[in-house]
Amino acid sequence: MTYRLPTGATLVSGLDLQVAQGETLVLLGRSGSGKTTTLKLINRLLEATEGEVLISGKPSTAWDPVLLRRGIGYVIQDAGLFPHWSVQQNVALVPKLEGWEEGRIQKRLDEVMALVGLPLAEFGSRRPTELSGGQRQRVGVARALAGDPPILLMDEPFGALDPVTRAELQREFRALAQRLGKAIVFITHDVREALFLGTRIAFLAQGRLVAVHTPGDFLRASEPEVRAFVASLDPGGREEAQR
Amino acid sequence: MSWFTFLLQNRTEVVVRTLEHIQLVSAAMGIALIIGLPVGVALVRRRALRRWVFGAANIVQTIPSLALFGFLIPVPWIGGIGANTAILALALYALLPVLRNTCTGIEGVDAAVLEAARGMGMTPQQVLWQVELPLAAPVLLAGVRVATVISIGVATIAAAIGAGGLGVFIFRGVAMVNDQVILAGAIPAALLAVLADLGLGAVQRRVASQ
Repeated sequence: MTYRLPTGATLVSGLDLQVAQGETLVLLGRSGSGKTTTLKLINRLLEATEGEVLISGKPSTAWDPVLLRRGIGYVIQDAGLFPHWSVQQNVALVPKLEGWEEGRIQKRLDEVMALVGLPLAEFGSRRPTELSGGQRQRVGVARALAGDPPILLMDEPFGALDPVTRAELQREFRALAQRLGKAIVFITHDVREALFLGTRIAFLAQGRLVAVHTPGDFLRASEPEVRAFVASLDPGGREEAQR
Repeated sequence: MSWFTFLLQNRTEVVVRTLEHIQLVSAAMGIALIIGLPVGVALVRRRALRRWVFGAANIVQTIPSLALFGFLIPVPWIGGIGANTAILALALYALLPVLRNTCTGIEGVDAAVLEAARGMGMTPQQVLWQVELPLAAPVLLAGVRVATVISIGVATIAAAIGAGGLGVFIFRGVAMVNDQVILAGAIPAALLAVLADLGLGAVQRRVASQ
């Protein structure tokens, strides 16, 4: 698929990718390589100029965009929590929109908050401003999971966190991803994060797909753009990533 | 304190005029909100149109109030002598702060919050009512507060076109060259403005803290 701005600038071109259930596809590339555009094409915040995005075998344009998005969890860098709502209200967003009954919502809230390590009893009534950056991002993940969507889109969710919190969330998220078996598309510009979380890594440069590799192949890849990224890893990082 | 004695002696009329004054301002603010809120919301994403609307509202603001009252009197249907004309003029003055603050308030909502709201599958109406308007409320209320205080002041002039209100005392006092009568209108009007400012300020703080 291809996406052009009305001005004629092409942000993404000739992209052809597939994500399967239970897999984490990492979109890796520098700023401006078209990662976020690609993600927004999936949940139809943007629409492809050419080609199509198939979701469960059906073109995204054939879906009602609102219903489509409720079936796709979405986590962004600044979490984007509603500051005027409590944690509980934020997380319950999609179940409420979907009209779940109160008991089912409560049960689901308990589950997802436990999944992200923030007990509902302790954190549910807090405001997003009363949380640390890491906690806010956990709530962002809980909110994306609340409606139990089969697909999860994550746009540099851990990008704004300090290194320690970041590593912690990466570890937990990897375990969570393996357990939940969802189709995950994860954006990052951090090679280490890509190697750690991805089952496959799609490398983008200037709106084009350069290559798709497994983490192991990625380190041995021959494409010059990929090599430049791998070279930015120090030897320690390389070993750590290969583990 | 002789104006106070005057005030006590004429307390029935003072109460009536004060109520008239409040009615003028409330009716005008009601109209300004009914028009200003939806138009403000509609203008958020229409920059070109907004320049024209804000320009027009700005021009209205520059017309001296007495002149605006005068202009409206000969207008058929809506004009004439009396409270209706005054309410219309006051509403026109209040429109700009309401419009501007509606736009500014909604534009000030964090882009990440909006992206999340849309990305999670809220309809445009849900985004507006559940996210944009609540988050814009403090700024919006600031506009309502400014507009209300200005209206209370300008409404004193409405007495000149027979709309009643506390301005009646002021104009009567000027005609009689009597300070006491002027103050009997001016001081309650000033108090009204201060009270409105404090009251709406309190509401604004409560909304902002939520």
